[in-house]
Amino acid sequence: MQSTAEKKTIRKVIFASSVGTLIEWYDFYIFGSLAPIIAMQFFPKTNPTAALLSTLATFAAGFIVRPFGALVFGRLGDMVGRKYTFLLTLILMGGSTFAIGLVPGYDSIGFAAPLIVLLLRLVQGLALGGEYGGAATYVAEHSPAERRGYYTSWIQTTATLGLLLSLGIILITRKSLAPNDADSIKAFEDWGWRIPFWFSVVLVGMSIYIRLKMHESPLFSKLKAEGKTSKNPIKESLMHKGNLKMVLLSLFGATMGQGVVWYTGQFYAQTFLETACKVDFEQTRTILIWAIIFATPLFIFFGNLSDKIGRKWIIMAGLFLAVISYRPIYTKMLAVASTKDIVLDDAKTKIERVINPANGKDHSIQTTTTVRLYQNGITEKLVHKDTLYANGLEKPETIDKLSKELPDEGYWTMVVLIFVQIVFVTMVYGPIAAFLVEIFPTKIRYTSMSLPYHLGNGVFGGMTPFIAVLLGTLYAGDVLVGLWYPIAIAVVCLVIGTIYLSNKIDPEVND
Amino acid sequence: MNTIKKYLGLVWIALAIYSYSILLKTALERIRLVPGTDTIIQWSIFAIIFLPIAIGFVMFGWMAFKGAYDQLPSSSDEVED
Repeated sequence: MQSTAEKKTIRKVIFASSVGTLIEWYDFYIFGSLAPIIAMQFFPKTNPTAALLSTLATFAAGFIVRPFGALVFGRLGDMVGRKYTFLLTLILMGGSTFAIGLVPGYDSIGFAAPLIVLLLRLVQGLALGGEYGGAATYVAEHSPAERRGYYTSWIQTTATLGLLLSLGIILITRKSLAPNDADSIKAFEDWGWRIPFWFSVVLVGMSIYIRLKMHESPLFSKLKAEGKTSKNPIKESLMHKGNLKMVLLSLFGATMGQGVVWYTGQFYAQTFLETACKVDFEQTRTILIWAIIFATPLFIFFGNLSDKIGRKWIIMAGLFLAVISYRPIYTKMLAVASTKDIVLDDAKTKIERVINPANGKDHSIQTTTTVRLYQNGITEKLVHKDTLYANGLEKPETIDKLSKELPDEGYWTMVVLIFVQIVFVTMVYGPIAAFLVEIFPTKIRYTSMSLPYHLGNGVFGGMTPFIAVLLGTLYAGDVLVGLWYPIAIAVVCLVIGTIYLSNKIDPEVND
Repeated sequence: MNTIKKYLGLVWIALAIYSYSILLKTALERIRLVPGTDTIIQWSIFAIIFLPIAIGFVMFGWMAFKGAYDQLPSSSDEVED
């Protein structure tokens, strides 16, 4: 039984660790959430798909370096200490995020712009690679054995809450830069997108202040006082057969599947809503926000449950449910946003045409906006842009952008469909910190648990939206083809986890 | 159960080799069909990143085949051995 003082201490530990980790996730995800705008700002605009893919590649680059961050900072955390290492990662993350907000666009400094953004993105990835393992280890090493799943599940909420914060800040900024929506959105796309990046400095400053007041993990302090810290954590993690086999098992039997479920439910779902279902920017974000708000308490629920029934079967159940329901869920999402065979309400169709001269050029842009209302309540907006040349001889270049606004029923159905996917996320992700902490010994815990976590989440998970979009371009006939990647990875992970993992809760993490 | 664990090890080795060869084949095909810096960079990233993971999967399969997962460690001393 914990005393009141112990409970107070652990609450402080959870708060300090969670706030910092949440901010790191926020920093990391604003880049992903602003991918299309970043594509316009930093990559050549010849082809929007190529620009988006380039951004996603940069986004993926952030994920790919995460395992290296895990090794670099994990080593530091196992040698110097948990507290100072995750302070350093916070400073690096905050600094690079703020700097992204300062980089001039491709139009101003040319190729240097995407290059600088890419480098800063790599620093973000490195920092994130070092952060999570430190925070999870720090909380777990303060927790009593019978509550480890519950306490570490608070850390597990931070990734989703960081995404929620990034979506919220982006929406608020996008709406508040001018008195009317159209001007505000234009200002946001021109320069306002930088504000969420700058805002990070305030959050990071607060978090550093809180974390500076914390003490080192008691288990690590004891180890250090006894002179038993590892001299070479990377070597001990990867060269000792006994430890390496557990690193591999954690990756292929747990974090690999957990990573794809996490990124499918929260990132691919967002991409799918916007690109396949054509739901408009704002509705896509608010749908995700509601689903996250409703589902987040379940991280704590499943973390807590894992203290009672073990970690393994909750994670495996989450994988299993994801595997069998992804295709039906995404089929339903398409149906909810579909206008196929639905009668158009012709009386309510509006067409507006505006011609604006292009600044300093010999052509004008004609924008035709057609708004149509369907009888199932979906409002469809088609923005068609023609480039009109003064000589009348050149062929007009046209760009079409279709977006749909869902009626209340369709909107809330989408919220439920995303919510269900996030429930799977809470099942696989809620207990994973406790699961990983219990596998590895204290002296190499930071390094050993960070590596499978970031390979699973960074490489397998982080690449999900990118690989899914790519599969969609390779096999254009099937809109749901992108789902085969997370399904295949989750199936392999489910089989390995079910057969090879143990459901035993380790009562002793002090060794 | 240990027999299943052992022989599934061979399946993991085969799956690692097969998946990586499919990835390489697709990469080469895409680069041939759409030659360009973007294509080369994207598919090279895939090929480089998934190589150590494929090797790790082969090692996992091999360890499983050799019985390394017949009994999981019950304490950190066993993990460090």
